[in-house]
Parts: sequence; C-alpha cells; structure tokens
Amino acid sequence: MVEPGGRALLRKRPGGVGWMLGLLLLASGGAQISAAETVVPQETAELLQGLAGPEVALQEKAVAALADRGDPPALFILKALEEGGLNLWTTPSGEHRVVILRTDEGPSGSRNVLVDPLSATVLREWSDSDEGLAPVSLHSSEARRLLHLALERLKLFDPSPGVRSAAATRMGNEGEASAIPQLARALSLERDRWTRHAMEGAIAQIHLIDPDPAVRKEAAITLGRIRSVEALPQLRALLVGATAETDAGVREAVGASVRKIETYQSFEQLLETLFSGLSLGSILLMMGLGLAIIFGLMGVINMAHGEMMMVGAYATFTLQELFASHLPSAYQDLYFLAAIPFSFLITALGGLLLEKSIIRFLYGRPLETLLATWGVSLVLQQAARWYFGDLTSVNAPGFLRGGVQVMAGLVLPYNRIFIIVLSALGLWAVHLLLSRSRWGLKMRAVTQNRDMSACLGISTRRVDGWTFALGAGLAGLAGCALTLIGNVDPEMGKTYIVDSFMVVVVGGVGKLAGTVVSALGIGMLNKILEPMIGGTGGAIYAKLFLLAGIILFLQRKPSGLFPGKGRAVESP
Amino acid sequence: MKRWGMTAVAVGLLISLGYPVFRGLARAAGGSDPIKIGILHSLSGTMAISETSIKDVMMMGVEEINTSGGVLGRKLEPIVEDPASNWDLFAEKAKKLLQQDKVPVVFGCWTSVSRKSVLPVFEKNDGLLFYPVQYEGEECSRNVVYTGAAVNQQAIPAVEYFLGKEGGQKKKFYLVGTDYVYPRTTNKILRAMLLAKGISKDDIAEEYTPFHHQDYQTIIAKIKRFCAGGKAAVINTINGDSNVPFFKELANQGIKADDCPVMSFSVAEDELRGVDTKTLVGHLAAWNYFESVDAPANKDFVKRFKAFAQKNHLPDASKRVTDDPIFWGYVGLFTWKAAVEKAGSTDVEAVLRALPGLEIPTPAGPIVVDQKNHHTAKPVYIGRIMPNGQFDIIYKSPGLVQPQPWSQYTYAERSCDWSQGGKGSYDMIGGKRVYLDPAALPIGS
Repeated sequence: MVEPGGRALLRKRPGGVGWMLGLLLLASGGAQISAAETVVPQETAELLQGLAGPEVALQEKAVAALADRGDPPALFILKALEEGGLNLWTTPSGEHRVVILRTDEGPSGSRNVLVDPLSATVLREWSDSDEGLAPVSLHSSEARRLLHLALERLKLFDPSPGVRSAAATRMGNEGEASAIPQLARALSLERDRWTRHAMEGAIAQIHLIDPDPAVRKEAAITLGRIRSVEALPQLRALLVGATAETDAGVREAVGASVRKIETYQSFEQLLETLFSGLSLGSILLMMGLGLAIIFGLMGVINMAHGEMMMVGAYATFTLQELFASHLPSAYQDLYFLAAIPFSFLITALGGLLLEKSIIRFLYGRPLETLLATWGVSLVLQQAARWYFGDLTSVNAPGFLRGGVQVMAGLVLPYNRIFIIVLSALGLWAVHLLLSRSRWGLKMRAVTQNRDMSACLGISTRRVDGWTFALGAGLAGLAGCALTLIGNVDPEMGKTYIVDSFMVVVVGGVGKLAGTVVSALGIGMLNKILEPMIGGTGGAIYAKLFLLAGIILFLQRKPSGLFPGKGRAVESP
Repeated sequence: MKRWGMTAVAVGLLISLGYPVFRGLARAAGGSDPIKIGILHSLSGTMAISETSIKDVMMMGVEEINTSGGVLGRKLEPIVEDPASNWDLFAEKAKKLLQQDKVPVVFGCWTSVSRKSVLPVFEKNDGLLFYPVQYEGEECSRNVVYTGAAVNQQAIPAVEYFLGKEGGQKKKFYLVGTDYVYPRTTNKILRAMLLAKGISKDDIAEEYTPFHHQDYQTIIAKIKRFCAGGKAAVINTINGDSNVPFFKELANQGIKADDCPVMSFSVAEDELRGVDTKTLVGHLAAWNYFESVDAPANKDFVKRFKAFAQKNHLPDASKRVTDDPIFWGYVGLFTWKAAVEKAGSTDVEAVLRALPGLEIPTPAGPIVVDQKNHHTAKPVYIGRIMPNGQFDIIYKSPGLVQPQPWSQYTYAERSCDWSQGGKGSYDMIGGKRVYLDPAALPIGS
C-alpha cells in the first residue's frame, strides 16, 4: 500500500459551498485532533470533501486516494460510502457537513446516530422526523468500480473470516494477477482454516492463467490437492473447447485434479443429502411427536395440531418483542432460550384447556372430534391474524445464525443442528416419561384398558388431560423451533398439519418408535428424491411421489409401520 | 297474528321496492350522488401481507380526492371487498361489484391467478379493472388497464443489467420461482432472451417450488454449486412467505450477496417490513418505483402515507412504507380520475377512449398511458436491499420504458392494439394484422 502523504494535495474548488465545507472540516478536523485517539491527516478531510462534492473526477480521485491510504479512518469512510451511510448534512444553521448515519444498539433499543467520519465520534441522535440529510452517492461507474476494488482488497483483512474468504474467492474468480501479492500477504497472516483454503485456492486459480506452463501445472496440482470446488468450472473449461489447455503435461494435471474434485464433490453431496434428510426428518419428528401422543395414544384426531404449533411460534414472537422492548440489546438473543420452555408451557396449558372444554365430551367419536378441532383451528387462525396481523418476523438469535463449515463447500447451518439436537432430546425425554415415570405408566395403562385402569384407581379424566397437554406442549415446542427455519404467520399450521398426520399414520399409531422411523424415513426419502428427480420441479415432484408412495404403502399396511396393540380410548 | 304478518310483509315490500325508486328520482333530480368505486384486494389469507397496504393507500387517495372536490364534482365512495386470497372468491366478489353495486371501475388483484379468474367476469359485464402489480404479460384485455410492469419493464432490464458491465457481466443464471403462471411465463421469456444473447443452455438452470414451500436446503446447495467459479446470478420469482425460508437458508449456508446476487421481482419494501433483513442485505430487486426515489413530491407522498396510517390506527402504523404496487395502486386511482375528467363521464367506453396517451403526473415523476395497449410507460429502477429495509437505487433507466405485453423474444410477431377499431392482440401474418380471439388465448402457454 502507498504510504500516506504520497499523493498531491487536491486543489480546492472556488465554489462557495466548497470553501465553507473545507473550512468547516478543517476546523472540525483541527478540533478533533486533540480529542481523537488517532491523528487524522488534513488530507483525509479534503478527500472527504471531494467525495461528497458533485464533481465526478474529484470523486474518483478521492476514492482512489482513500483506497491507497487504507488506514482505519479511510476504511471507515469507504465502508460507510459503500453501505449508503455517508450523508451530506445541512444543519439547521445552514452549515454543510459530511456525516455517517448509523444505527446503534443502545441500552434502550436501537437508535440512529450521526457520526463524524474523521474521528468516529457520535455527534447527535437522529430520528425519522429530522430533516436535512442527503445521501452521498457515487456519480460514475468508474468511481463505483474503484470503490469496489478498494474494498475487496481491504476485505482480505476484515475481522470476520467469512468476509475474508468470500473476498479471496472473488479475487480467484476474477483472475487478476495484481491481486496475488495481497493474497499472499493475507495468507501469511491467516489463521482460520477455511479462509486459508479459500486464499490458497484463489492464488492457485490466478496462477492457472499464468503464461509459464510449470506454474500452471503446479497450480492445477494444488487445486486438486486442496479439493477446490470453486475452481472446478475453470478447470473443466481447460479440458475442452476453445479455452482448452495446449500443454500436455498441464492438461494431464488438470484432468487428474478434475477427477479428484468431482469424486470429492459426489461425496460431499452425499453428506449434504444425508444431513438435509436428517434435518427434515427431525423437523417432521418434532411435529409428529405431539400428534403421535394425542392421536396415537389417545385416538383423538386433533386438527388443531398445526395451530398449536402456531401458538408456540407466536409465543416465541411475543417473547422476542418483550425482550426487545424491555432489555438491553446485549441480552436480547436470550429470548430464544426462554422461549423454549415458555412455548411448551403455554401450549400445554392451551391443550389442557381444550381437552377439558371440548375433547373430553367427544371420546370414542372420531368424526365429532375432527370437526370440533377443525373449528378450533379456524378460530385460532383468525384470532392470531386479528391480534398479530400478517406481518410478524422472528429473528433468529445471533448464536444460531450462520453455519459451521465441515468440508470445503459444505456448510451445516447452526439452526438445523440445533433442531436435530432439540428433537433428539425431546424424543428421549418423552421416552423416559412414558417408560420410566409413574405418570407415563398411568398414561399407557389408560390407553390400553381404560375400564381396568379406572377400576385400579387411576383418575382417567386427569390422565387424559395431562396426555393431551403433553402432546400440545410438544407441538408448541415444534412451533418454537420452526421459527428458526421459516416464516411465522397465521397460516403456518395449515402448512404443517398434513405432514404431521402423514408421519403419525405411516409410523403406526400406538408406538413412538414408529413415529421416529417414519419421520426420519420420510425426511430422508424426500431429500434423496429431490435431486434424483431433478429438472425444474424437483421439489414439487418429490413431495408428490412421496405422497403417492405413502398412499400405496397404506393400502398394503393400513396400520402403519409399527401397528399398536391396544384398544383406543373408548367413551366414558 | 296473521294480520300482523301481512302488514309486516306489506311494509317490507313497500320499503324494498320504494327505496330504489326514491333514489332514482333523487338522482334524476340532479343530486350529486357519490361515485362508487370497487376495491378488490385480499385482506386475509396468504396475500394479505401484500395486498392490505394497497387498499390502505387507495383509501388515502380517495380521501385526498374527496377533500379536493371529488371527481366531476361528485365524491368517491369506495366499496371494499375481501376475497381472502381465494382465487374463486375473487371472481365472485368481482361479479358482485359489477352486477350488484354497478361500479364503473374496480381497482384490484395481485397474483396473476386472481387476475385470470376475474378476467371473464370483467369482459362479460363490460367492467373496468385497474391492475397495479407487475405481471408476466401475454395478456391484453380490453377491460383491464395494466399499471403494473410488463416483463420488458422489470424482468428484462434486470437481466440486461446483470449481462452488462455494471451488473458484473454474469454468464450463468439460476431461475428459481414459485410454481404458477407468473414465474413460469417470465422464465420462459427470460430463457429465450438469454439464449438469444448468447448464454449457453447449460448455464441456465430453472427450478420451481410449490406455494408455502419451507425446505430450501437442496435448492440452496444446488445454487451454491452453480455459483462456484463466479459470474453467476440468481433470478428469484418466489412469491409470498416462501421468500423467508429461502433467504434464511441462503444466508445460513454462507452464500454472500456479492458472489451470488439474487435479483427478486416480488420482494419490495412492504415485504421487507415483516422479515429479518440481515439475511437479505446486498441482494437486489427491480421495480418501477422505490420509496427511496429522490424527488420532493415522493418524500411528501411517503410522509402523507405514514401520517394517514397513524391517524387511522392502521396496524404497525409507525413502520409503514410505500413500495411499487402501493404506488401504482395510488397512481391508478388518479389515472382513472384524469381519464374520467377528460371524458366527462364515468362510462367505461368513454374512459377507455380518454386513456390512450394520457400523461399522469405522479409523486415520482410523470408517466404516460400507452396509446394502444392499455399499459403504462414507466421508468425502471434496480435497488440493493439495505439493513433498514429500504433500497439503495443503483440503476435507473434513461427514460420511460414503453410496455410490450407480448415479449419480442417469445412472440416477435405479436402485438396489441385497442385504438382506432383495433381488436386487441394480433399476429402479423403476411404483413397484415390477424386479430386473435381473446377466448382462444391459452393461459400461460
């Protein structure tokens, strides 16, 4: 990078605004110097003036100069310019200042502030009703290109590893030889494994178009060794057609690397399919577990099961809003940890209420239960729409965003790993409850022989209530988990109800093992079919074939995979 | 008891028969009856998230028109019908508006499915529909005024942006959308265009998902592999709430907006109100209006809408935004008003004759109603999503883009003309116009 001071001073324009702005900035710059921790050269202030002015050439020069400077103040300004935060502020007293508009997370929630670009100190708060800000934008595509190029190079040293590897990948794809020194320097400083991988790959990709065949051969071998999926299209293009490699040795190396990477890619795709099948299966399991208890153990067709999930999701949303308005932003993400038990309890309570008020009277009458619960589902849907509206969003907590990269090209999202773990824990907890606890014993007894259980002194009414509450609570828990993946709206119950019943019916009522096997099986099959069917409608036809397959399966085995062996709950 | 019953029936008959007579007499006497206008937007169901705001801005427009004297001296009386995102209900409600309420104009519909459902109703009852949303073209009804974008006013300029230097000279395109007529038709046109521009067949991928689809893992993995090597872009025509899991998965699997930019045609400021924008920052959208369009009249329009929302206690009033369909819903109302005032009557025939060539001043600049095809010429903007849910405009078309309901890439010889005795869509066969029978036009062919 060029040392600061290597650029000639920009000539000031004789315009009135320019003079005023320049003087103001100089004055503020001078005043800030004593207050600021880093010494801000006069030049940066002038460059800022050029950046915010209307002259195209001056703007381009300013961008290039700030890029060459590359020190923290210049980076700060350039980043703000790219993000659209740089503004020209006309103060109430008529002065013009260049400021950065930023959203800060404060103790009382987020607020907009104006920041001085040179010293990064906060000037004042800014609300939506305040006026006088005009965004500074670049007038020419050349300026935009310079800014982009500058930020790309600077991104190689960004604190976030994701940004660094993305920048490296981009440079590799662009193939600019001038980027190699930067990449090499970044590589020598890099500690993160996958970022090193991206940088190595980028350097090798650029070397692939070097005039020297020995360099090209070395690059091809490197790309094969590190299994660079990113370089695969480029390598493939070197084997055939107009862009084919002329040197035989290089071509051989390229061919070997392509084969290596393709084998690796198939393996990676297999792992990907397995993981997504497991993820989908775990989601289906969470949805089906509650229903398996209610439908499987009690024989009650609960069409409001989807809405129970919706209640759990909205409970999560409510907690998020509560935490956002009452707690400092540092604790806001904890809402999710609180939401897990909260959604379970709220929905369990709701389920108990539903059971005591409606379901209790309808045991042994499946059609009436179906109708009654369908009615309840409609009421719940409209209640949610009326109270929450259609526009609610649950923002995943920070610790569950993004993913972990396990192999080159394979990123496993944290939210899905979390759901897999949660569903496994939930399953284990329910299993323990049913097989080891007194309450579980009572539940199983009432399910198998209601009259005998009553004779033995078990309060069947109470057990029914608790069972239904447990099933509903599990649905609420599923709803809470689903906010990480999808949207929260009043209709979300309808999207999931069919899948839930599908899982339970295929698994066989009466045994939880059936639900587990069918959930994971359906999830895996769905994810395996999707890429196999391919074409334009993979997602559509996979579901279709799956449903058709289930229908055929049920013709042969109507009781599902693991048919239960007991009597359904009969009328009291 | 019988006596009472007879009397009651007699009184009831008198009232129900007498009232319309009385009203007719009052009207004939020259009273300034309000003009009823129909508003047909889903206020519940899947599409409510998008359509409720159009109804809100139209109510604001009606209020503004009424306070400034109304249309032809008569106030506007809006009749709002909620078809609840049910396409069949759209047709029923349209019938009710046209046959029972006898409204001279209806402002409504969003999805192409809803519009196709009401089309026969409007054509049979000689009604007039103002349709404010971007759509796939391949339609040119006499009874519809399309204030939304045709494919060449949104999708095609967006892809041309990607093909050009500014957009990164992309060579590979992944077309992903929801499985219904709008994405299928738009992608058919885009594919034809890309092939004509020299993009290889292997570098164009197409993928469809059903409505409400939540699991995008496989598709995102495919997109990731597709984008490897750079020079790739994703064209997103997913509609509705499926956009949320799509972008969430995209972000979680580590795909960066700069490497693999996603250009959406159905994501606007209003949809961004209800999603976590962190996953969307840096991705693009193409429209004919953005709230961030820098014009004083536009800033005033936005302020007025926010104030209207607060005053009427609309849900989420303080965070209301304006976006393209909201804007065209509003402009459609004033376009109709201008046509009625030019024609001197609300009669559908007269309004249709007054519309061609009409220049309408809008808060974001003037637009022109096309001379022939019942569409509007408008500017094209491309914006990048910012963390606050607004768009940073990175491209603006040099002027107004003329609408082409039939794309030159798929129907080169076909056009639409309703002026001077034209009968709508026609093919040029042997240098002569051969008009098409509207009933014979296949849907989404």
